Amino acid sequence: MPFLELDRLGKQFGAQTVVDEFSLAVAKGEFISFLGPSGCGKTTTLQMIAGFLDPSCGAIRLEGRELTAVQPAKRGLGIVFQSYALFPHMTAAENVSFGLEMRRVPRAERVERVRSALTMVGLAGYEDRYPKRMSGGQQQRVALARALVIRPSVLLLDEPLSNLDAKLREEMQIELRQIQRNLGTTTVLVTHDQNEAMSLSDRIVVMSQGRIEQIGTPQETYERPASAFVARFLGRTNDFAAAIDRTVAPPRLVAGSWSAPAPAGIAGPVTITVRPERIGFADAGLAARIVTRIFQGDHWLFQCVSECGTVIVIRQNDGQPQPVEGDAVHLAWRVEDMSLRGAGAAA
Amino acid sequence: MSGAIDTAPVHAAPGDSSHARPAWALSAPALMLFAGVLVIPLVMTVMLSFHDWGQYKGIEPVFILKNWHEIATDPYYAEMFWRTFRIALLTTLIAALFGAPEAYILNRMSGRWKSLFLLLILGPLLISVVARTLGWALLFGGNNGLMNKLLMSLGLIGSPLRFMFTETGMVVALVHVMMPFMVMSVWAALQRVDPQIENAALSLGASPLTIIRRIVLPQIMPGVLSGAIIVFSLSASAFATPAIIGGRRLKVAATLAYDEFLNTLDWPLGAAVAVLLLVALVLIVVGSNALIERRYAEVFR
Repeated sequence: MPFLELDRLGKQFGAQTVVDEFSLAVAKGEFISFLGPSGCGKTTTLQMIAGFLDPSCGAIRLEGRELTAVQPAKRGLGIVFQSYALFPHMTAAENVSFGLEMRRVPRAERVERVRSALTMVGLAGYEDRYPKRMSGGQQQRVALARALVIRPSVLLLDEPLSNLDAKLREEMQIELRQIQRNLGTTTVLVTHDQNEAMSLSDRIVVMSQGRIEQIGTPQETYERPASAFVARFLGRTNDFAAAIDRTVAPPRLVAGSWSAPAPAGIAGPVTITVRPERIGFADAGLAARIVTRIFQGDHWLFQCVSECGTVIVIRQNDGQPQPVEGDAVHLAWRVEDMSLRGAGAAA
Repeated sequence: MSGAIDTAPVHAAPGDSSHARPAWALSAPALMLFAGVLVIPLVMTVMLSFHDWGQYKGIEPVFILKNWHEIATDPYYAEMFWRTFRIALLTTLIAALFGAPEAYILNRMSGRWKSLFLLLILGPLLISVVARTLGWALLFGGNNGLMNKLLMSLGLIGSPLRFMFTETGMVVALVHVMMPFMVMSVWAALQRVDPQIENAALSLGASPLTIIRRIVLPQIMPGVLSGAIIVFSLSASAFATPAIIGGRRLKVAATLAYDEFLNTLDWPLGAAVAVLLLVALVLIVVGSNALIERRYAEVFR
């Protein structure tokens, strides 16, 4: 039996369907991300789990128990909001203590649990600070401690890191993952940042327009995207129009001056999708010219114009000399690094 | 006038004060207007309160404490001031008691309803206070008041409700007039409250009542208190409503000052009453403001 189960969950606002047929089984201790652009229904789904919104149809079950009939205050979930939603008139310790007070936890135990929760998020000694006197990262940690101190069955994170600057966000990602691993709290994260989803989650649910596009591990969704949307949303991709050349035997898959043995079961025109880091410069292959070369520290980013349109190539900065702007190059990739779709699917 | 321009940057003093000079010069026109229309008349009123007055000799520009002595010793004035502040305090309490929930409910309404009800609340501000107060007189004025007639013909009351020339009537009419100020003040405080904060409290297991008492109320309290200061000072110095509802029988500070000036023509006594009202109000407002700022330093930041 899954720990948290969403069964064909749906939400309509008037005639508009915001979440449609959302089914997901989350195992105990798992870290799941809902990933998608704004307006894809990920936050709506989270709010239905939290109980702030009532689903139009479908069911939410926690350990087999129907959750939709339970008051939000009785669900026992920990939630970290995008704005943190700290109580500004309470100190950090009072904020964290609030959930325990509501649970009528005895005073001595409360003090101890607040102290250990603040220590866990690295805020020991900040007990008497008011939220407004703390940095964004510190407020974030208070919000996390406040959600975790009640020992929630599920931790819900609503874009918790989006208000932090890039460096701090990376640090918090690592810390969040460690805390979650140590506590083993089942966690659902809502985010529009694919890096965040990939670095934190056990599995990612990619959503678009209220529907699930793909559920899989970060690696699966990146390496084997189920749709053109997933491929484009999770990192950069290159799409080439290609055709099957049957005049030769065995038939070959041809994109410009690049060709490879045609895989079985493909007829007519197809679209080839290749990740930029899987394309290399070779002696033969798709003829292209480098338009821009950007140095990004650990890697180079090349923008090339080829016979099949613009191509982005990423090469590791491994110390080898790289082609410069204006160079004519040939682009090649391994057959197993590309995915094929019938033409029109990616148009 | 030329003084302000002369002292400007031409011969600027060395050091820090050179920065202050242009600032003073730039604010001079506003300061002069402020002095001309507020400070000078105020000082003259204060001076007037020390002048002598007689039925046949009129105002004599001498310095005596006769008016202040009369106010301090005659219990009539103590009673009148006590009534003024009692009415203002009651009005403030009732306005806060109704205005704060009103603003909270208003804030939770959805877009279209919110703007409609906001208009309904603010709309009365567009109508003269006199017209609004006379409306109450039409409804409850003696035997001919519309509401009184209706209630009596329904047999709900035996005799007309006493409204005109009562303190209750004055408080009711003042609350009606002052309500928009309280609602606006609380409304402004509510705008600063994180819309997710109630959900956060809810997810931590708080009941709706606990959320209002422990989360919402402490955050809007500064708004309630600043609204209370506005309502209290406006009610204590209100003229039109007490004049119409209270009439000549139930005088408050503003109506008394008015009568001394225009009926008795005892300007010095009227000035003393007006100055005392002003001083008392300033002390109360400044005092409670300091108290609020200290108490709610964290919410205000």
